Amino acid sequence: MKKELTRQQHLDLYYYMRLNRAVEDTMVKLFRQNKIVGGLYSSLGQEAISVGTAYALEKKDWLAPMIRNIGALLVKGVPPRDIFMQHMAKYDSPTKGKDGTSHFGDLENLHIVSPISMLGDLIPVMAGVAIAGRYLGQKIVSMTWIGDGGSSTGVFHEGLNFAATQKAPFVLILENNLWAYSTPVKRQVPLQNLADRAKAYGISSYIVDGNDVAEVYSTAREAVERARAGEGPILIEAKTFRRLGHAQHDPAEYVPKEMRAYWEARDPIERHEKFLLSEKLLDAKGKAEIEKKIDTLLASEREFAENSPMPPPELAEQGVYCTGDDCHKIAAKWERPKSEVMPPKSSVAAVWSVEGFGQGKASGGANAPIHFGDAPAEKPAGESKPASRATPKTSAKKLVKASASKPAASRKARR
Amino acid sequence: MTMTATNGLPVTFLEAIRQAMFEEMERDPAVVVLGEDVGVYGGAFKTSEGLLERFGWERVMDTPISESAIIGAACGMSYLGLRPICEMQFVDFIVCAFNQITNFVAKGHYLWDAPAPMVIRGPSGGGVHGGPFHSANPEMYFVHTPGLKVIYPSTPYDAKGLLKAAVRDNNPVLFFEHKFLYRRIKEELPAEDYTVPIGKAVVRREGRHLTILSYAAMMHTSLEAAGALAKEGIEAEVIDLRTLLPLDEETILQSVKKTNKCLVVHEDTRTGGIAGEIAAILCERAFEDLDGPVLRVTSLDTPVPYAPTLEEAFLPNAQKVFTAAKELARY
Repeated sequence: MKKELTRQQHLDLYYYMRLNRAVEDTMVKLFRQNKIVGGLYSSLGQEAISVGTAYALEKKDWLAPMIRNIGALLVKGVPPRDIFMQHMAKYDSPTKGKDGTSHFGDLENLHIVSPISMLGDLIPVMAGVAIAGRYLGQKIVSMTWIGDGGSSTGVFHEGLNFAATQKAPFVLILENNLWAYSTPVKRQVPLQNLADRAKAYGISSYIVDGNDVAEVYSTAREAVERARAGEGPILIEAKTFRRLGHAQHDPAEYVPKEMRAYWEARDPIERHEKFLLSEKLLDAKGKAEIEKKIDTLLASEREFAENSPMPPPELAEQGVYCTGDDCHKIAAKWERPKSEVMPPKSSVAAVWSVEGFGQGKASGGANAPIHFGDAPAEKPAGESKPASRATPKTSAKKLVKASASKPAASRKARR
Repeated sequence: MTMTATNGLPVTFLEAIRQAMFEEMERDPAVVVLGEDVGVYGGAFKTSEGLLERFGWERVMDTPISESAIIGAACGMSYLGLRPICEMQFVDFIVCAFNQITNFVAKGHYLWDAPAPMVIRGPSGGGVHGGPFHSANPEMYFVHTPGLKVIYPSTPYDAKGLLKAAVRDNNPVLFFEHKFLYRRIKEELPAEDYTVPIGKAVVRREGRHLTILSYAAMMHTSLEAAGALAKEGIEAEVIDLRTLLPLDEETILQSVKKTNKCLVVHEDTRTGGIAGEIAAILCERAFEDLDGPVLRVTSLDTPVPYAPTLEEAFLPNAQKVFTAAKELARY
């Protein structure tokens, strides 16, 4: 699989993983300098998943990150300064300091939906994005991530089930990093493979080594193509490990030492680097160039972020509502003829009919009959009902009678 | 009740809502409908009757019983410029999607500049012996949520005009339809397209002795009480709030400054109902104008009970409004 990637793709994956880690390393420094307002969440050791999956998307596609998907944002085109400023609550940040971390989005250009802290809620939202994209003829795929912990929420089920019933072009990456805060996966889910959950929704799934970026990318690419082709949602379980605590405050002493050592030996960046060097896709000089590029970029991005002011207090009460077209001009981007979804083309044959429907007239109001899907259509006076219609009705009646008499008999017998 | 005729045919509250959805879907292909049993069956109360036949499966989506998925998916659709209308089969079930509405839908514009033009609508309210899970008035959970708009109309004309305005609004709008009114009132509606502005109350009956503020089914109860009060020489001004968020404070203040007395009538339970909020607003902005306490007639602070005798005791009625108004008029 790895061989199928071009040199440039391999190098891109390497670059973004390095950038991801460097951005987070910079934020750890900022955190220790008290320049980060709230918590800081790490994706150390999980970079291959964020980068490999997001790299499988096209520019027009949509994604919604979770807290540990900084890498996905970088791949999608978010500048590191935005991530720094979000964490530092700066006025120039995408949310102007109204929210932190990876909680921001971009509907217009990058096609990113902001997450909220409640886990799983993004799943139906991104299903809706996928359905709307299909409806508008945009041929997009939507993607989001969930953890082993978040996969136990009710909305995970509601969202994935709904996406499946709609065959939405949606790819869900389940990052099984073995820990939900301090609770090990075995205490959350009685399954060896969380990908098995896909069976419940009748959708396809993959299990992938989450610390092998080329494998993650190849798998995600295949899933994205299948979803785009109309196969419906796809679940990818990426096996990995959360190397640090839930956030900076958490030393994660509940993690067994052997487990940590096992995964530290499988660092995704080191693994990919070793592969690139051995395949001669990268040499020491090339590596040094990438490092210099990242250092230079982050130095200026960090400087910009640090120089950005805090938001002015009056911003606190602004922006709760969209005030109209001057605030947001909302217009769907149609890439199919609207006539395809407007009557009469979009209409379908009725399962049953109602007098006056579609005419904008009253359908009976207070006297409207209660309709059931199986009610026979009204026949004009004088027309006799076909025999075939009458026959099953009679037999159905008989069946009801027969079954009704049975429980009565057994009740009697019991007495 | 029959309202003043303009033109067209008198239609029920239910039909007014159906017409609003139908006409908005005809007008704008970005409008889609989703919910439980809204397609083939036409909705539990037949408010989406005929939509599937006219607009097809892509625009009228029967969903699984998953309120969070309905709201979440609609929110995602709205991000791409669609204007989804979600039906909650009974508004009682809206709380199943509480997190999705209050944390995702409502906060998006404030936090990350993401408008969510969507409507969440459904049948609410009691008086039809629906019991504790089919009679709720959950409006105040959402009036307490910045970022939402909350509408609760009382007439077919307003229901149609406000629902159309809600569909065209760039914000998430909750639209409560009192099911007691569904088939009990008819009104002749204009043949042409019209909207009713969100956030504007209306004076239903003019008076000078006291102001009765109400909305939804209780607006009719208040009008009935006002009729009885008039026979005793008390002229009550009845105001239909129509929108609870944003609240039309100016219309309220204008009336109270004239009558100097205010009674709030709502079917929602007492503690934390809109009456408390209105009393606070009047204390802040019209204290000098008040000649008496702000009184309230509300449902009891209990779940909605099932038995007719219990539900009648639970709900406000014209007699209770009449008694409270007479007490207030003494000041």
